[in-house]
Amino acid sequence: MPFALTDEQKLLQESVDRFVERDYGFDIRTRQAGSEAGWSAETWARFAELGWLGVPFAESAGGYGGGPVEAGLIAEGLGKGLAVEPYLWTVVLGGGLLARAGRTDLLGDLIAGNLQLATGFAEPQARYALTDVATTAERSGGDFRLSGQKAVVFNAPSADRLIVPARTAGGQTEPGGITLFLLPADADGIALRAYRTMDDGRAAEVTLAKVRAGADEVLGDVDNGMALLEPAIDVATSVLCCEAAGVMEALVSQTREYIGTRKQFGVPLSRFQVLQHRMAEMFIHKEQTQSMAYMAVVRAAAGDGPEASRAASAAKAYAGEKGKSVGQEAIQMHGGMGMTREMPISAYFKRITMIGTLFGDADHHLDRFADLGAGAGAG
Amino acid sequence: MDLDISAEDRAFRDEVRAFIDKNLPSDTREKVRRGLKLSKEDHVNWHRILHANGWGAPGWPVEFGGPDWSPMQRHIFEEETGRNHCPRLMPFGLKMVGPVIQAFGSDEQKAQHLPKIASSEIQWCQGYSEPGAGSDLASLKTRAVRDGDTYIVNGQKTWTTAAHWADWIFCLVRTDDTVKKQEGISFLLIDMTTPGITVKPIVTMEGGHEVNEVFFDDVVVPVSNRVGAENKGWTIAKFLLGHERTSIAEIGRSKAQLEKLKEIAAAEQKNGAALADDPRFREKIARAEIDLMALEMTLLRVVSAESAGSVPGPEASLLKIRATELQQELGELLMEAIGYYSHPDTPEAREFGWNEPSVGPDYAASLSPGYFNLRKTSIYGGSNEVQRGIISKMVLGF
Repeated sequence: MPFALTDEQKLLQESVDRFVERDYGFDIRTRQAGSEAGWSAETWARFAELGWLGVPFAESAGGYGGGPVEAGLIAEGLGKGLAVEPYLWTVVLGGGLLARAGRTDLLGDLIAGNLQLATGFAEPQARYALTDVATTAERSGGDFRLSGQKAVVFNAPSADRLIVPARTAGGQTEPGGITLFLLPADADGIALRAYRTMDDGRAAEVTLAKVRAGADEVLGDVDNGMALLEPAIDVATSVLCCEAAGVMEALVSQTREYIGTRKQFGVPLSRFQVLQHRMAEMFIHKEQTQSMAYMAVVRAAAGDGPEASRAASAAKAYAGEKGKSVGQEAIQMHGGMGMTREMPISAYFKRITMIGTLFGDADHHLDRFADLGAGAGAG
Repeated sequence: MDLDISAEDRAFRDEVRAFIDKNLPSDTREKVRRGLKLSKEDHVNWHRILHANGWGAPGWPVEFGGPDWSPMQRHIFEEETGRNHCPRLMPFGLKMVGPVIQAFGSDEQKAQHLPKIASSEIQWCQGYSEPGAGSDLASLKTRAVRDGDTYIVNGQKTWTTAAHWADWIFCLVRTDDTVKKQEGISFLLIDMTTPGITVKPIVTMEGGHEVNEVFFDDVVVPVSNRVGAENKGWTIAKFLLGHERTSIAEIGRSKAQLEKLKEIAAAEQKNGAALADDPRFREKIARAEIDLMALEMTLLRVVSAESAGSVPGPEASLLKIRATELQQELGELLMEAIGYYSHPDTPEAREFGWNEPSVGPDYAASLSPGYFNLRKTSIYGGSNEVQRGIISKMVLGF
């Protein structure tokens, strides 16, 4: 039956919801987001204890044998609580790349909560094109020397290791000739300029100046990094759409609550039909984003390929557009209160706004969906 | 019917442009152009420069120290100052309490307040909204109880823009709670240094401080500070709704934002070409430009009708709705244009004089905060829902 969850998946979903409800109130979230690291090591250890860090990995790699669907359910639940912990960056994208490259030797640390990862998939000139890689890796004896700049590398300030795509052959925008490197974050020649992000995360501009990398620091095959990076980004995009659905659910339920209690002209705002209809639209957007997100993680779980890519782009284009609409409406219906930093709704709005551009905005994914042609869908 | 302005108006436009060019301090221009934080001094200083030229109170008649401009001249002044990166003149004195005092005030009130508004010696703020009275303004609860020659004021105002810069506040207060809610309201002028007033900042989502809560705890206000008759404050509030509302179209500022958007789209890259040449983005810019054009043409029709002696009514609501939506649309496209560089939050880069290299392009730092901040425009000044209600009632007769 389409979309029916297994018992294990239901339990996982319930355990995330329970954690967010009981242990991740907005005041706790605010405190953790405001800390130096921007997230809590204690909470991360809880994630490890609950098994969430190992969920998407094969049992042979020390994981629990889940995949994109399970990661998506976790992300959706964390989205409802607006969790600031770097699950997407370390587990889904970074861990996904390590698993694809067969680096199971590192997954144990990751699953235990002792390894943080960041991936430099964007460059200043590249906008959302993964293949636009100006960072170079020149051969020098048996080693490589990496030079270039990576833009807005999420979780870089906390990362123990950085995954860096660099060009070993080909022209700047060619898909071939890109190699992935796994570097210690404190390697000589790596400089970070760290900052906060609009949605209370942490990121950095990463500059590489002749950073030495040995052949054993290559992830996957030389010149063929895109074969790992593109599907891993598709999975991360699909999981991010699940998070978007969770954030949208919170936006809808908090707005419903607000207009149900806030009185003007002697009645709750929810008595005005114009607002009822707009809230119905928000609800529809949320439901359909969830449908698209689930479709995308299911396609991803079925294996790499154009169908998975097309589903990821469809879900992301959809979540980007509808998330923007739901976010804007949520603020509007909260009136002045929605504009304040103090009110949780504004933090959810900022997160859904920033999700809009992560891994490419709606325009990018509309183009990519069209470029990938017919093939994927409900069938 | 034509679209041209007269030779006199063209000459006036050139005069305004030349004046701005010569007199707007370059650092202030830079702050406005780049969307950096403005200080109270930036606003006040520019106002004083205009005042020295006889332009301190653009919308006022000559008897109160204004230049007695025609509706078209006022429109031209608004557009040129907006388009050429002048700080906004704070509206609370010039466009709100000033006209109220002119229309309803005593001779003493006129003499005491109007010259200092025109010269920017005294700053004002507006005490209307309350925690329980936003769109439903008439349900306000701040009470003023008569005690001889004074009122004792207790209550709370909120969303008070620039209360932390203001010397005086004008307030709607309840003076009779036994009658229909609109009929028990009075309009008071209150010196912000009066004991019992506390101003608390409200931080908005992007981290800015523009609005405040203002608390009144047994604040003593002379009865002579009441404007108009007791319990007739609602008439004044309604008068303000229709007054000088054409300036809310913000045509000049939106033109400046559109120009900035085009510059940024030309500088940003997508698939090896300028973002401005991307079919999808190009269409969005074109759409915004056409929306701006539609708003400008409607505004010119309103200004024209005003010149022929009609008082703008529900057209003000139309302008407010579309102008704020356009500002939001432009803000959204500016943020969208910079891709991943919409993510870094670098408040230090939004301060003038910060000289470190920027994270990403130097125009990026203020764009996401601008987008977030602009969500307020469809909420404040009578939310767009309230404005649509006015159109349904006043024009459509529902």
